[in-house]
Amino acid sequence: MLINFDDERPIFIQIAEGLEDAILSGAFGEESQIPSITEISVNYRINPATALKGINILVDEGIVYKKRGIGMFVATGAVEKLKKKRKEQFYDNFIKKLVEEAKRLDISKNEAINMLERGFEDEYRS
Amino acid sequence: MSIEVKKVIKNFGSTCALDKVTVTFEENKIYGLLGRNGAGKTTLLNIITNRIFSDAGEVLIDGIPARENDEALKKIYMMSEKDYYPANMKIKDIFRWTQEFYPDFDLEYAENLAEAFELNIKKNVKSLSTGYSSIFKVIIALSVNTPYVLLDEPVLGLDANHRDMFYRYLIEKYSETPSTYVISTHLIEEISNLVEHIIIIRKGKIIKDEAREELMSYGYTVSGKASLVDEYVRDKNVIGLDSIGGLKSAYVMGQIPRDKAPEGLEITKIDLQKLFIKLTDN
Repeated sequence: MLINFDDERPIFIQIAEGLEDAILSGAFGEESQIPSITEISVNYRINPATALKGINILVDEGIVYKKRGIGMFVATGAVEKLKKKRKEQFYDNFIKKLVEEAKRLDISKNEAINMLERGFEDEYRS
Repeated sequence: MSIEVKKVIKNFGSTCALDKVTVTFEENKIYGLLGRNGAGKTTLLNIITNRIFSDAGEVLIDGIPARENDEALKKIYMMSEKDYYPANMKIKDIFRWTQEFYPDFDLEYAENLAEAFELNIKKNVKSLSTGYSSIFKVIIALSVNTPYVLLDEPVLGLDANHRDMFYRYLIEKYSETPSTYVISTHLIEEISNLVEHIIIIRKGKIIKDEAREELMSYGYTVSGKASLVDEYVRDKNVIGLDSIGGLKSAYVMGQIPRDKAPEGLEITKIDLQKLFIKLTDN
């Protein structure tokens, strides 16, 4: 799990997202153990309370669960749940920003759509 | 369980070093104590540990007045920039001597840390470089196992690798056996993610005493064309301004606005270092 912290958002949210990315990529498979609070805080040099806050977001959403005395594990169905959540955020996180930047650069709607199509084609070809 | 500083006043001649300072350091939290040179950080820490006396006010450690009270003071270890150790003493002897006063000092852990930092404990204190002098004191602070550990400029003279090692061991130690740590430092960015609570002191007065997350969510930058920025921040609490050509950035204290920024303006979070500079500028 690699997180390059940016200054924009609270650290605990970035920790939660970093874990989400690792679960989505399969680095932490369903029913496998995720790093402990101590491991995360030592590794990223962050306050353990911050790491806990990040993990608790995932606990609350049912993405990970605690096994008493053992550690934290990825829940079954976590990948599906995350994909659904990320899809809902896709419009806000990517499309809105794309349109804003296009406007700044006077890129027309058609030009933007063409570029999007080109992007998909390149992706399929590779 | 806490260190309570109540209305402490300290004057040095005609200079007021601490002006009715009231602050509490709670159990098992990591604090960042920030202030410019001469703001009163070290004076505050020295008064807490009874190294100097206040002119007025009091310090309570777990409810007991700290003034000339060894039982209360045994609960605190302070690592200071100044050396109070006999210059001709060997480091390993200082370790042993520390154990006399602090019975929970973990000698084995201290020796392991010395090895990790490549500190030769057979050396005299006076033969240490600035960096290694800090390392030697940091090792004691991490091994002493008191409920309160005060660190005054712990990374002074340390290179980037050693600083990183120190932060790592600090977090590790804190995760395993939590204590209260108060870190006074100028390297704000480096401790920004480590601390839970931030206290900013300016000219002997506490000007901020807040959870890090709260403090950080309470400041933002608005940038864009100067006229637009001026218009936008007219009714806001601006703590500083920067401008380059026709572009301006205003640093604002207040909740980050939820609404989208008006056309042509960009709103971004403020980092701790910038916030500190703007709050403590003359």
